[in-house]
Amino acid sequence: MSTEIKTIKRTIIMRKEEVTDVPIIQVENLSKIFGKNAKKATKYLDEGLSKEEILEKTGNTVGVNRASFDVEAGEIFVIMGLSGSGKSTLVRLINRLIDPTEGSVYIDGEDLAQMDGKNLRNVRREKLSMVFQRFGLFPHRTVLENAEFGLEVQGIDKNERQEKAKKSLEMVGLGGYIHQFPGQLSGGMQQRVGLARALANDPEVLLMDEAFSALDPLIRKEMQDELLELQESMKKTILFITHDLDEALRIGDRIALMKDGRIVQIGTPEEILVNPANDYVEKFVEDVDRSKVLNAEHIMKRPETVNIEKHGPRAALERMRKEGLSSIYVTDTKRNLHGYVVAEDVSDAAKQEKKDLKEILKTDVPKVNTQTPMQEIFDLIHDAPVPVAVVEDGKLKGIIVRGAVIAALAGSEVNLNGIDS
Amino acid sequence: MELIPKLPVADWIDAATDWTTETFEFLFDFIKNDFGDFIEIVAEDWLMGIPIWLFIIVVGVLAFFVSGKKLGLTAFSVIGLWFIANQELWEELMNTFTLVIFASLISVIIGVPFGIWMAKSKVVEKILTPILDFMQTMPAFVYLIPAVAFFSIGMVPGVFASVIFATPPTVRFTNLGIRQVSHELIEASDSFGTTGTQKLFKVQLPMAKKTIMAGINQTVMLALSMVVIASMIGAKGLGQTVITGLQRAEVGTGFVAGLGIVILAIIIDRFTQNLNTQRGEQ
Ligand SMILES: Nc1ncnc2c1ncn2[C@@H]1O[C@H](COP(=O)(O)OP(=O)(O)O)[C@@H](O)[C@H]1O
Ligand SMILES: [Mg+2]
Repeated sequence: MSTEIKTIKRTIIMRKEEVTDVPIIQVENLSKIFGKNAKKATKYLDEGLSKEEILEKTGNTVGVNRASFDVEAGEIFVIMGLSGSGKSTLVRLINRLIDPTEGSVYIDGEDLAQMDGKNLRNVRREKLSMVFQRFGLFPHRTVLENAEFGLEVQGIDKNERQEKAKKSLEMVGLGGYIHQFPGQLSGGMQQRVGLARALANDPEVLLMDEAFSALDPLIRKEMQDELLELQESMKKTILFITHDLDEALRIGDRIALMKDGRIVQIGTPEEILVNPANDYVEKFVEDVDRSKVLNAEHIMKRPETVNIEKHGPRAALERMRKEGLSSIYVTDTKRNLHGYVVAEDVSDAAKQEKKDLKEILKTDVPKVNTQTPMQEIFDLIHDAPVPVAVVEDGKLKGIIVRGAVIAALAGSEVNLNGIDS
Repeated sequence: MELIPKLPVADWIDAATDWTTETFEFLFDFIKNDFGDFIEIVAEDWLMGIPIWLFIIVVGVLAFFVSGKKLGLTAFSVIGLWFIANQELWEELMNTFTLVIFASLISVIIGVPFGIWMAKSKVVEKILTPILDFMQTMPAFVYLIPAVAFFSIGMVPGVFASVIFATPPTVRFTNLGIRQVSHELIEASDSFGTTGTQKLFKVQLPMAKKTIMAGINQTVMLALSMVVIASMIGAKGLGQTVITGLQRAEVGTGFVAGLGIVILAIIIDRFTQNLNTQRGEQ
């Protein structure tokens, strides 16, 4: 397409914008090839050669391969893919930290590639703010000075910008840390500073490149929840990059799946789970269903047990009282599962001064193995008199209590909806 | 060997030097006279105007705070300076100190911008690196010759030769410090729409500060190491006493003056090192 036609097409769209809602970010045919003579290598993209083949032929690495999508104002758009699939490159093309080899990015209908330095800076200052994987905080600046950086760059006066920066730090719960240096904070807190710094500018779009990937799983989940909560009131447009499908499913309104620089599917979490566009997506999704979300191993906890070879009713009773249990599993020294005993029986046996647990042992144990999907556990746990035992080769590996199943279900709500429907 | 006659390289350089001397005579004269006078005023009217005891106390107090309220540097500075005064070398010390200060200041004023330029452009880095190598490997004595040609003898050519010899570390370390700033921080800065200047002053220079200061420390030490050499072309100070000792074969005189230089070197070194702290560092 000649540039002329393109411009005309653009103006038509621009005109349309005035009537309809324009997508805040439009990406058209965007490609990035790294290395010398990158332009030449684009012809291999036309021929449909793979990333590997192009690398072999030309020595150039394909970062992004003909990506096209729109991001609507107010949505959380997740770009997800394995490491090296081109997510970071794509997000950097969107604020032009990297110049594209081909294709265009429009922010509010304006072509980023056509902008001079000044206009580009203004777009970065006013419309797009970025949050980085390893936080990207300035170590020589305090938390407050980090948060006010964007406003300082815009030349806003000190009182006003500190006021705004403080507000945004309070929003992420760091109001009390403004005079600390980043090096004094934990990872989770540092990323909150990163988020506050991005929010202080009050941008239209947040670009978050694996913003939570460097955090511990628990902190990460907390940050996801917090981001969703903030989003309720902020209604920003968020472009969120992740390599983790769980995270994508949890926070994405729509998800784009990337592989080798290409976008292979775009859809809502449900669409992706129910109608994977190809084998690649299907494998991804399957993987997650079986191993990451729906599996006994992940929700079981360490069991309290008594040893049938060593403990009598008295010891068992003592143990149950201490832990506040109404039943307890019975194993032997090798952790082979024998059954369970309940509090009443144990207490009676203790009164009668019996020495052995064998007589009161119950063997109707609700059993699953470590790979049992969570849905089955859910059915089983309903009528089970005691926590479900996770057993592998006759040995007790863990137990699952009802609360854990419900919590896990709540956490992966989206996921289950997708599967049920 | 006979095929190519000896190339008159030395003659060419002589010619170039003569041309420079004549063409810029007005400038060199101005520097020689006015700048020379200024150096003299600083050394003789200002520094030597301060009573010795006051000078020593001030340095002692500064040392105490600069070293984080430790007594080691304080005691060393006070005793060292007292010793130099006791040896009746105070005026020489003040002259040497002046030479070092001027040479270092000028080196830093020239060196930091060049270092920044080098960090911002690969081409400039490629061009400057061999020149800096050359400046540092050329025997320092050689710089005395054009120094004398341009500025005749005295403090000014001494400062000139010292500047040439002492500038490279500041340039190198400034370049290195700026290039060391992590890619992610540069991206962070760019992503918030900084101009080149904002990025330089808000991110790159503050983050490179520690490295640049290490370079400046080396520059000061190199300037100090030129003191004896510069005194061969008439720069006043402890170096001159060393040379006198050499000419008269008086080991004692030379040794005591040399010791004075060492004391000054240690004090300056510890001061600049202790002042080199980075904000936000644990
Ligand atoms: N500056 C660069 N020079 C050359 N190749 C690069 C550069 N940046 C990224 N790449 C390559 O581009 C591909 C995509 O990288 P990236 O966008 O960082 O992936 P992701 O963020 O999904 O892990 C990778 O093969 C990577 O090696
Ligand atoms: Mg990445």
